[in-house]
Amino acid sequence: MTTHPQVIDGLGATPSIGSPRTRVEGEDKVSGKARYAGDVQVERLAHGAVVTATVARGRISGIDDRATLASPGVIGVIDHRNALRLNKETGSPFFGPDGQLQLLQDDRVSHGGQPVALVVAETPEQARAGAELLRVSCVEEPHDIAFGPNHQAVRPALTAFGPDADKGDLEAELAASAVVVDERYMTPAQHACAMEPHTATVWQEGVVLRAIDSNQAPYGVAATLATLFGKPLPEVRVQCEQVGGGFGSKTGVGPQLILATMAAVLLDRPVRVALTREEVFLTTSARPRTDQRVRLGADAGGRLRAIGHEATFEISGKAEFIENCVEIAKTLYAADAIRTRLSVVPLDILPVASVRAPGTAPGSFALESAMDELAERLEMDPLELRRRNEPETGPVSGLPFTSRRFQLCLTEGARRFGWAGRDHRPRRTRQGRLLVGTGMAGTSFLTTAFPSSATITAEPDGTFTVAIAAIDIGTGARTALRAIAADALGVGWDSVHLKIGDSAIGPAWQSGGSLGTTSWGWAIVAAARDLLARLESGPALPVSVTSDTTEEIMSRPHRERHSYSAVFAEVTVDPATGEVRVRRLVGRFAVGRVVNPLMVRSQLTGGMVMGLSIALQEEIVHDEASGRHVNADFADYHFAANADVPFIDADFVDDHEPDDPLGLKGPGEIGTVAVAAAIANAVWHATGKRQRELPIRLDRVIED
Amino acid sequence: MTDATRGAISLQVNGAEHRIDVDNRRTLLDALREDTGHTGPKKGCDFGQCGACTILVDGRRVVSCLTLAVAAQGSEITTVEGLAEKDELRPVQEAFVRLDGLQCGFCTPGQLCSAVGVLAEHAAGWPSAVTADVSPDCPHPPLDADEVRERMSGNLCRCGAYPSIVRAVLDAADERAEVAR
Repeated sequence: MTTHPQVIDGLGATPSIGSPRTRVEGEDKVSGKARYAGDVQVERLAHGAVVTATVARGRISGIDDRATLASPGVIGVIDHRNALRLNKETGSPFFGPDGQLQLLQDDRVSHGGQPVALVVAETPEQARAGAELLRVSCVEEPHDIAFGPNHQAVRPALTAFGPDADKGDLEAELAASAVVVDERYMTPAQHACAMEPHTATVWQEGVVLRAIDSNQAPYGVAATLATLFGKPLPEVRVQCEQVGGGFGSKTGVGPQLILATMAAVLLDRPVRVALTREEVFLTTSARPRTDQRVRLGADAGGRLRAIGHEATFEISGKAEFIENCVEIAKTLYAADAIRTRLSVVPLDILPVASVRAPGTAPGSFALESAMDELAERLEMDPLELRRRNEPETGPVSGLPFTSRRFQLCLTEGARRFGWAGRDHRPRRTRQGRLLVGTGMAGTSFLTTAFPSSATITAEPDGTFTVAIAAIDIGTGARTALRAIAADALGVGWDSVHLKIGDSAIGPAWQSGGSLGTTSWGWAIVAAARDLLARLESGPALPVSVTSDTTEEIMSRPHRERHSYSAVFAEVTVDPATGEVRVRRLVGRFAVGRVVNPLMVRSQLTGGMVMGLSIALQEEIVHDEASGRHVNADFADYHFAANADVPFIDADFVDDHEPDDPLGLKGPGEIGTVAVAAAIANAVWHATGKRQRELPIRLDRVIED
Repeated sequence: MTDATRGAISLQVNGAEHRIDVDNRRTLLDALREDTGHTGPKKGCDFGQCGACTILVDGRRVVSCLTLAVAAQGSEITTVEGLAEKDELRPVQEAFVRLDGLQCGFCTPGQLCSAVGVLAEHAAGWPSAVTADVSPDCPHPPLDADEVRERMSGNLCRCGAYPSIVRAVLDAADERAEVAR
């Protein structure tokens, strides 16, 4: 087995990689034929309705289910008194045991909206009616959801994503700097808000637990579910054809799947649990609130001497998490001293987890806003400031970069946007009653690949069947993986059949971390290589080969591998109303080789739309008195609607990742990063007022 | 079985009649999805806030999650499954695929029904909140990107496919204009 990957191109057939082919499932999706977890018809299906806690902390003192059980159609009630016992050690390899998985295990309530019971009935209406009749009594206890960096419980975060940076002497470099920025930035909790609410349909087939579940990781979810319920993995099978978006919220075992599994086993019926939109907000994880201090010091020429980035975020006491806000500070710019700190405050909240671009989205808002403030104080073009601090090797790690195209993104983005000739002073442009401003920001985004396995079968009819436990949550994975397989096998597009969305296929990474295509693509390349070698001896068909990339991926050299972007924004501000409108957004991205330009452009554009929402709209609001999430619906939790979004110019610069067999990096999340800072910097340029807290609401912009 | 909480009703969906027995509380969305086998319309919020359940009732856009099934008797219902004509995608469906006006596809059935409604509303001369001239002298304001954005804003898309959705609707409008010529 080779330990260093070879670049594989189409051999003899028209290459499929690089072709802007439309989505394989596009016609199904525009004609209503695409099937999501809630669309599957199952015989004897019962429906579960979730009952959630109305207090933020306390103890359940009683559950009166008499009226519920007497209600028409109700089959059963599951709560902590009769629920199946779960394995308490179940969790993630990065963060350890996850208390969020321990549903209905005891009488404790540790956050508002926690599921406390499931009512199962013949129809959804009967289940909901039964749920409303369930009387749950709680002894309320004082809760604490007051987040802040000076909270008495603040402590260092886990270091599973790398230790704090301590390069050079930060204080000395700051003291020696001609210009210093020392500011605090705050970002609210935000929700993924995938359009498809989390839905699971579960039934037993002999000893096998079968589930159709909306998730981002069929294999990972099956493995975790097996551990949680104490079953051998071969007795758990999780499938899904289509998933209506994830953005991080469907990477793990969701409450819908745990509750549906309990009900299916206890009641011996197929059971569907489809979370309501409110329950999606209350029971599936959000991005944590952050409070960040950034200190930058530079000499008069704009060369950075010091980068200090201290970030504090909230977690639940029930599960660890790392919102790695300081990742970019360790890698984007050269500086004599770089110091990062990451801290957590445990509160009585739903456990937090990944939402698209975890860490980097809030982290880049802070760092790239601070860079703009530094440029202002230096009276320098913020683009030029970024040109002057390009590192030759990893600024903290000292490791070489594999492919660093940040400067090219800046150059191409600036050219396309028309940045040259900008007056860098604020509040210089007025059009009627509107103030106009422009701003920019950039980022890096970690890329790698995780071990996965793929099986390819050479069929007697000359075609190939590729099976991998991948999932397409809207990324275009189906289309991309088929193209990768066709090229790796050296055959045309039509000669490849692809099977995904089934845990039974074998171990594979999730659609998460922007690493689906890199991880799955590598496994397909490995299986194609091994199969082609096998076919040289002329075996009888069909013949199958399964390959696993663990060894190849683990033997890669340690290097700095990142995607890059530069984002430019033009905004208008109405000072009388405080309304900010984004007029133009330009993004240039170095995301490695592009498997399908149509789909990658869509993903980057969509990422930028989410960045726009984060800048201007998104904010989970908790009521301090009750501890409850008070805007758990789309009328109150806002994200961009069509009329909020201009045409967006998202494009790629030439890039190729040498440590990936296909030259790939992940484009899934980087679009979301840097946008909030670019917009905030543009709002400053328009108004002269800094926006250091997201979202940039009307009340933070309006002028007297 | 009909009692105080249930009723036998008849729904006309995509040109076919469906006689069903429903819980009187059942929404039109749930009746389509659970009783008549039309799982194209999606339940994104069940509160009329996201538009994923948008269908056409007598040619007009409605959110089926806020419509009771029993109230839809006697109306012509069109879901995303009924948009294609003789198994041939409509121009706006074809444009959504070609221009990638979708990603996860969950909001797409609602976006498409909405788009068909928008094109019809515009053709009938209905103004929108961004129509500059609503005087009788200007019965057909041009359908530009801003008009499409405004008129399609009842349909949320978290993948952020809006720019491609706008292009696809404009593309279909152009094609329709050419056919009309």
